[in-house]
Amino acid sequence: MHSPRENPFPVFLYRAFIFGFGGLSLIYLVAPIVIAITMSFTAGQTLKYPPEGFSLRWYEALLDPVRSGTEHIAAGNSLKIAVLAVLGSLLFAVPATIGMARMRRSTVNSLEPFLLAPLVLPSLVYGLAALIVANFIGFQPSLWLTVVGHVVVFGPLMYRAASVVAQGINPSLAEASTVMGATWYTTLRRVILPLLAPGILAGAFLVFIQSLDNVSVSLFLADAQTTVLPLRMFALIEESLDVRVAAMSGILIGLTLVVMLVARRVLAPPRQA
Amino acid sequence: MKASGFPYVLPMLLLSVAFFATPLAVLVGFSFIGPDGPSLHNYARFLGDAFNYRVLMNTAKLGMQTIASTTLLGIPIALLYWHSGKTARQVIIFLTLIPMLTSNVVRTFAWIVILGRQGPISETFVALGLAERPFTLMSTELGLVLAMCQIDLPLIILPLIAILSRTPVQFTEAAQVSGAGPWRILVTVLLPMMLPGLLAGWILVFASTSASFVTQAVIGGARNVYVPQLIYREVGTLFDWPMASAIAVVLLLSTGILLVAMTTISRHRRLVGHA
Repeated sequence: MHSPRENPFPVFLYRAFIFGFGGLSLIYLVAPIVIAITMSFTAGQTLKYPPEGFSLRWYEALLDPVRSGTEHIAAGNSLKIAVLAVLGSLLFAVPATIGMARMRRSTVNSLEPFLLAPLVLPSLVYGLAALIVANFIGFQPSLWLTVVGHVVVFGPLMYRAASVVAQGINPSLAEASTVMGATWYTTLRRVILPLLAPGILAGAFLVFIQSLDNVSVSLFLADAQTTVLPLRMFALIEESLDVRVAAMSGILIGLTLVVMLVARRVLAPPRQA
Repeated sequence: MKASGFPYVLPMLLLSVAFFATPLAVLVGFSFIGPDGPSLHNYARFLGDAFNYRVLMNTAKLGMQTIASTTLLGIPIALLYWHSGKTARQVIIFLTLIPMLTSNVVRTFAWIVILGRQGPISETFVALGLAERPFTLMSTELGLVLAMCQIDLPLIILPLIAILSRTPVQFTEAAQVSGAGPWRILVTVLLPMMLPGLLAGWILVFASTSASFVTQAVIGGARNVYVPQLIYREVGTLFDWPMASAIAVVLLLSTGILLVAMTTISRHRRLVGHA
């Protein structure tokens, strides 16, 4: 009997499977992004792919404040909501991270599921629940209600990102600072926050991206005046397959890439000597 | 410093109770509001309706199809990562993160271009003579599964990569030295090791399919309706909030049951091992 190692055929098949099928899967994963970017430079009127010629006409149409006024307002609203959601998450999640780091492991284990629960729940269900309660106590859908919804749903992302870093911080650093006579505020500002910074940044990045992309919470909590960007794109797609959506996609993908590269630079682990 | 951490945690805990737990409790309460007092009226009406029942089953089916296809494509990518050097590994992570961090609406849009009558799939089939005239995969189940699989693929790749990146290469070398072929190593060493990652990925994928309202509405079209659209229709067009709440609770329960089942399996020592 041959041992499998001596038989080259299974080895060849395995290689073909991993590098062939794995490579193809990877292409399938990335191709839609490439297609969305190249589509945005089409000179044609339709979504014919491969695109008919190269032009920047759809970017021009998108940047023109007369033709794309609604889209500009929607983008402004989305950015406002995303920035406020990041600030709100900072306000709630960062103190929670610091507090949890000081508690006993068993207490943390019993409290943490409550803080992380919004991440598991389908956000569409949460949007509906929040709408019912808000309506019950007399709040109408608005930009601010949307911000609250986003802080509740995405705040846990900030908590999780920051607490991963917090777990790695040596508690004696804060003790040393106190022993040397620093007030709790100085310790917080000069020792704890700088150490937590990479986690907070990663959290801010995640909350920002998720908030900008969210449909299911905004669908229920935003009023008619507060159109957000993803919902506006959704409407454009459903109404007319407007090619400006391709240009919007191009800009959003570009933005994602830039933020990713910046985050990589800022968050890169320090080189070990 | 022996200060208690609790005051720091309190604001977020209160936020969670007031703006998360309370609305959910109210939602569940709302679902029991019938025409004359509290009852199971909405649930009976929802599950008793043949159309709704089919929508529910279709949603479960879509979830399962997405789980199966992401697993089928995710494992080879994870193995590609395992067999790659340092630089190639970073490239794979980067290529996985780009689609994951790109807006869902953008990814859905890309699939409209791909699946359309003038898209690359149709053009290729016509050029190769496999189809007589241009065709569209929009508003078909196949088109939707193709799109959902690509959109959710990173959710299954990342947990797998997280496990593999912590595993030293020597792990499989031991099996190799003992004479095991690559397929045998895959089945007896690598796959069991990746199982916890798969379970984590399946939960994420299922939760994502049960909430991807935009993709289902746009690519599934009017002919393929899923639970999220049903909820939105009850709220947006019919203004039947108790009914919408009941459907939402059914969606929650089905996700919850899966979650509990998966967690139970992942704690099963004999099945999962202790990787």
